[in-house]
Amino acid sequence: MTTSQPRLEIERLTLGYGDREVVHDLDLVIAPGDVTAIVGPNACGKSTLLRSMTRLLPPRTGRVLLDGKEVHATPAKQLARRMGLLPQSPIAPEGITVGELVGRGRHPHQRVLARWSQADDRAVTAALRATDTLELMDRAVDELSGGQRQRVWIAMALAQETEVLLLDEPTTFLDISHQVEVLDLLTDLNRTSGTTIVMVLHDLNLAARYADHLVALHDGRLHSAGRPHEVLVPELVRDVFGMPSAVIEDPVSGKPLMLPIGRHHVLTRDG
Amino acid sequence: MTTSLGSRQASGPAAPAAPLRGRRTRGLALLLLAVALLAAAATSIVLGSRDVSWAEVWAGLSGRADGFAEAAVAKRVPRTLLAAVAGAALAVSGLVLQGITRNPLADPGILGVNTGASLAVVSGIAWFGLVSPTSYIWVAIVGAALASAFVWTVGSLGRGGATPLKLTLAGAATAAALSSFVTAVVLPRPDISENVVSWQVGGVGGATDDKVWLVAPFLLAGALLCAWCARGLNMLGLGDDLAAGLGEDVNRTRLLAAAGAVTLAGATTAVTGPIAFVGLVVPHVGRLLLGTDHRWLLPFSAMGGAVLLLVGDVLGRVVVPPSEVDVGIVTALVGAPVLIAVVRGSRVREL
Repeated sequence: MTTSQPRLEIERLTLGYGDREVVHDLDLVIAPGDVTAIVGPNACGKSTLLRSMTRLLPPRTGRVLLDGKEVHATPAKQLARRMGLLPQSPIAPEGITVGELVGRGRHPHQRVLARWSQADDRAVTAALRATDTLELMDRAVDELSGGQRQRVWIAMALAQETEVLLLDEPTTFLDISHQVEVLDLLTDLNRTSGTTIVMVLHDLNLAARYADHLVALHDGRLHSAGRPHEVLVPELVRDVFGMPSAVIEDPVSGKPLMLPIGRHHVLTRDG
Repeated sequence: MTTSLGSRQASGPAAPAAPLRGRRTRGLALLLLAVALLAAAATSIVLGSRDVSWAEVWAGLSGRADGFAEAAVAKRVPRTLLAAVAGAALAVSGLVLQGITRNPLADPGILGVNTGASLAVVSGIAWFGLVSPTSYIWVAIVGAALASAFVWTVGSLGRGGATPLKLTLAGAATAAALSSFVTAVVLPRPDISENVVSWQVGGVGGATDDKVWLVAPFLLAGALLCAWCARGLNMLGLGDDLAAGLGEDVNRTRLLAAAGAVTLAGATTAVTGPIAFVGLVVPHVGRLLLGTDHRWLLPFSAMGGAVLLLVGDVLGRVVVPPSEVDVGIVTALVGAPVLIAVVRGSRVREL
């Protein structure tokens, strides 16, 4: 993988489907070489933003720039060699093997009639090894458990060998142990290869623990962005999720930890 | 094959990996299929409602048509060729339609593509004085394209887009309606209604060398388009978002592959009439044996489709001698149970 630092910038971006506008006039700079988590309530435009960053959704106004070049004007294959996207619930063709699926991550590096190359082989083996799925290679993806399957999908994204990796809720539907496993894996990837990671995460506390930067969206607008301890504060939780909360220091990671305050089981109620 | 219904977490019984893996195993499987194809072709020339001896076969093949037997053999040669290329074209068309729509039930017959081609041809003959066989083919391809666009539109209406079952229902209903239109167009015209059956249920009995050569370039063009899209079809299997994220131009691939599939189905229908189920059965078997890679499934489907139509045609010739059953009826008999099995066995029923 390259060591150059990709600059991913979003300028005055407005996105929508049909007559519904989902993201309004958003400005954002993604820190290169770091892990960024996008958080916010359901339907706040998180996934829409991610889709637009890989040119799946053309902007109404504004633009997405990768190293100063407009993403939506970049040929699909060329962009796919630099930036990968793992959607929220990807579908595997019935009966496909792990090795074959991960191999499809090599698509942007292959020409129409070209044969499978040694570089392809190396990338796939490395991806399988990094995600600890090498021994699953000949198994059918349908036979795997949820956690194994998610590691296989990440392996496919790794085989794509991009400098930027976007993931839409990579931990949904997983047990807590598998959630941590996936996030650890992504951290490994970020630290060993310098891959810039941008992920949408549901869980505020896991986001604060694993991300270098948090981006909070509310109703398609940027609420706040910055280091976890700057962003994850009770005001954010109140504004964005409409819920009182307390934020303490996570004794395990030293990062902020949000504790929701409901109507019951509260010792002292303040605010 | 994937279905776009629900999430993978709610999946039914897990599909095991395909048993034939590795280049060598798969190559061997294709080789065996090629042998089967040759055997089926030989049978098709030898067997028929009239028994012929090997000597007579040889005489017929070398161009002498003195006796009845030799004449029968000479007539069976184009018939065999047509059955082989039509079967190959329909199976590849079905495979590609399945890849484009991500729907294991797609088949040019079931989706009404063939009937659309058929209706276009009879309308052309009845109302626009269509006479040249080449124009039949062009008109058939246009009819096939219109029918597929219509079925796709109807099948995509409502929530969830073009789910397999909605698409299949839209296709079956359209096929039935278009088939009645064919009857309506043809019945008042005794000059066309002589062979009305072949425009409703296809067959290869009317094959001539001319017809085979006429349709060959169209089939070649369609096949090349489909082959060019093989890797793109693999990508479409991952869903549009992922495919696009991996650098595949999903709209272009879908359009090119659809053009290939429609050309194959339309051109075939122009010479054989509508034949259903070949495009359903053969790719289904292919996926069970070889898995999901279209670069293997395409040659498998081409040869498998040829074998199926050849065997079906031979069966149709020998079951009720001296008359014949159109191969379109035989494939329906073979294909309908497979359709039911696929629906029952896959997540399609979750709709």
